[in-house]
Amino acid sequence: MVDLYLGWRTGQDGQRRLQTAGVSGTPGTRTMVMARSLRSVSRSGTVAGPDEETMKSIFRTMALIAACDDALRSAISAGTITLAYYSPRGQEAVAAGFAAALGPDDYLVTTYRGLHDHIAKGVPLRPLLAEMLGRAEGTGKGKGGPMHVVWPDAGLLLTTGVVGSGLPIACGLAWAAQRHGDGRVALVSFGDGATNIGAFHEACNLAAVWRLPVIFLCQNNGYGEHTAFADHQRTARVSDRAAAYAIPGVTVDGNDPLAVRAAVVEAAERARAGDGPTLVEALTYRLYGHVFGDRMAYVPPDELDDAWRREPVGRFRRELLEAGFLDEDGVRAVEEDCARLVAATLEEVLALPEPGTDELLTDVVARSTGG
Amino acid sequence: MADHSGTAPPAAAGDQVSVRAALTRALDEALGADEAVVLLGEDIADPGGGVFGVTKGLSTKYGADRVRDTPISEQAIVGAAIGAALGGLRPVAEIMFMDFLGLCLDQLANHAAKLRYMSGGRTPVPMVLRTAVGGGLGVGAQHSQMLESWLTHVPGLKVVVASTPSDAHALLLSSVVDDDPCVFIEQVPLLSRRGPLDDRPVPLGQADVKRPGADVTVVTYGRQVHDALAVAESLAPGGPDVEVLDLRTLAPLDVDALLESVRRTRRCVVLHEAVVTGGFGAEIAAFVSEALFGRLLAPVLRVGAVDAPLPYAKALETLALPGPARLHAAISAVTSSGASPP
Repeated sequence: MVDLYLGWRTGQDGQRRLQTAGVSGTPGTRTMVMARSLRSVSRSGTVAGPDEETMKSIFRTMALIAACDDALRSAISAGTITLAYYSPRGQEAVAAGFAAALGPDDYLVTTYRGLHDHIAKGVPLRPLLAEMLGRAEGTGKGKGGPMHVVWPDAGLLLTTGVVGSGLPIACGLAWAAQRHGDGRVALVSFGDGATNIGAFHEACNLAAVWRLPVIFLCQNNGYGEHTAFADHQRTARVSDRAAAYAIPGVTVDGNDPLAVRAAVVEAAERARAGDGPTLVEALTYRLYGHVFGDRMAYVPPDELDDAWRREPVGRFRRELLEAGFLDEDGVRAVEEDCARLVAATLEEVLALPEPGTDELLTDVVARSTGG
Repeated sequence: MADHSGTAPPAAAGDQVSVRAALTRALDEALGADEAVVLLGEDIADPGGGVFGVTKGLSTKYGADRVRDTPISEQAIVGAAIGAALGGLRPVAEIMFMDFLGLCLDQLANHAAKLRYMSGGRTPVPMVLRTAVGGGLGVGAQHSQMLESWLTHVPGLKVVVASTPSDAHALLLSSVVDDDPCVFIEQVPLLSRRGPLDDRPVPLGQADVKRPGADVTVVTYGRQVHDALAVAESLAPGGPDVEVLDLRTLAPLDVDALLESVRRTRRCVVLHEAVVTGGFGAEIAAFVSEALFGRLLAPVLRVGAVDAPLPYAKALETLALPGPARLHAAISAVTSSGASPP
């Protein structure tokens, strides 16, 4: 049985082929291979699988992300809303998986393709959508936009529009947690493209040297902007790079939320125990390209077809059905509920006002100056 | 930072201390007063205490966890400071030379400066970035640049340049307690300059008339304040009466003090160590000209370094930097009729 999707490689003949691996004998090193059984939901030898309620909660999170993405793409297509939109469709399992492994107080730093991370970590839908639409009720009063969503109550301290820049900042959050001794961990989410920028290396090294409670989570969706993974780095796995910093590195199936959850649970335990950072690579795929309107001309059609066959929401839905946690009516009820919630919230948010002109110069600096 | 108990003894009035010692005292007081204050940077821990000794003794006193050495990783240093600030600490990061800002400008300009605004005030970044400038020391073009205009061009950053021990002490403390990212610029040749140290607080955004005068205002900051004072004194017998206005903070800019002074003297020369073109002096000149066009008796003149990388050879370096002669010529030009650039 082929389970672990390892991405695309260009062979010596110039042909691109999908690389996958079964439950044993994976190519490369440091690959976490999960026992694959629909009855046992554990994907790691040491991490217990989630209970039924958590499984359902993970599914709901994934369904909500997909519903939100559907609604936004539809509204953009219809001309109802206008924004630069970086669809996370296809990466739902990564977000739902890591969020299921973290507490509400744990820190999250993410990037412009962050809607799935925001929803999974618990940013309420209304201020989230309001920010995406530039409304005063948004997470940043409409002044940040979709690339800069924050929600400290859910631990989300930064969404950055600059590739790789979140990693050093996550180190600082982890340092604060280390100083406060509050047991928090900081998870920073980024794409495979970010692993080639200096900030990635500086942050991995600093976190290793300072033994910071930070989790570097690479959502390897196969592309850095429009450049395929094999064309932007020679390493077979992003996780191979962990060896350079003497930190643990693991690769998991990012389309399997339980595999991601297990890896992040282990990384968080390590971090909370004072044993420093972990680099987790979650192999996944972005199904709608880099930015809304991307025609994906650079993507081989068979690759995209295959990625849709591996689409994570439908896959986890089937798992829930097969495990008997929900029946067909049950999963459909969750999906319809998510769609209704998103539609209703979007409608509410469209009616909200934009920030007033008094906001133009507010929040540039604090109101008063020290002295 | 009013409570200095348990830290360095208060300075006695009239004490002569160096700017370096004043900075160290400020950091000592900040660390002693607030557990949230942490320091990070390359080689800042003992025994070195920073390449210029400003943090000497502090890691021994407060622990290497609070005064923390870093790898040579400027992005990580500034990014970690930002994250630490978001996590409730008050970090003071050191970037060894201002020239290295290029290595961390994304963190500073795209993140530290903007996170408060982009979050509608949810994520302020209370941090200080201390950085040194080696102009005048013969260390060449990559260790000598005053790049303050890079920073004043980014809304959200505060920019501080002190000229005396008292100002250095007070302004660094004001920067640490401030709720916004402050860049504190330390010109190395100034570090060993001695002067009295008092404990009066100085808020950010407050300029200081270092020498009152009636005929021309020299607007300056940092070590050039002392050049301006020397030129003013040399002109005193019979020459124009020069007012020296020390801006102390470039952002926020004390526009009231600036306009009050120039409205009175009706002439203005800006002096700074940075190159003239695109420098902060251009901002001052434009601001004064816009506000006081009909009142000015002469165009606002700018005196700064020549538009070249700072040369290594001593004679050329001296020629490149704005020395007393060029300031003298500019003052003469604006105080004589038919002013023209020096």
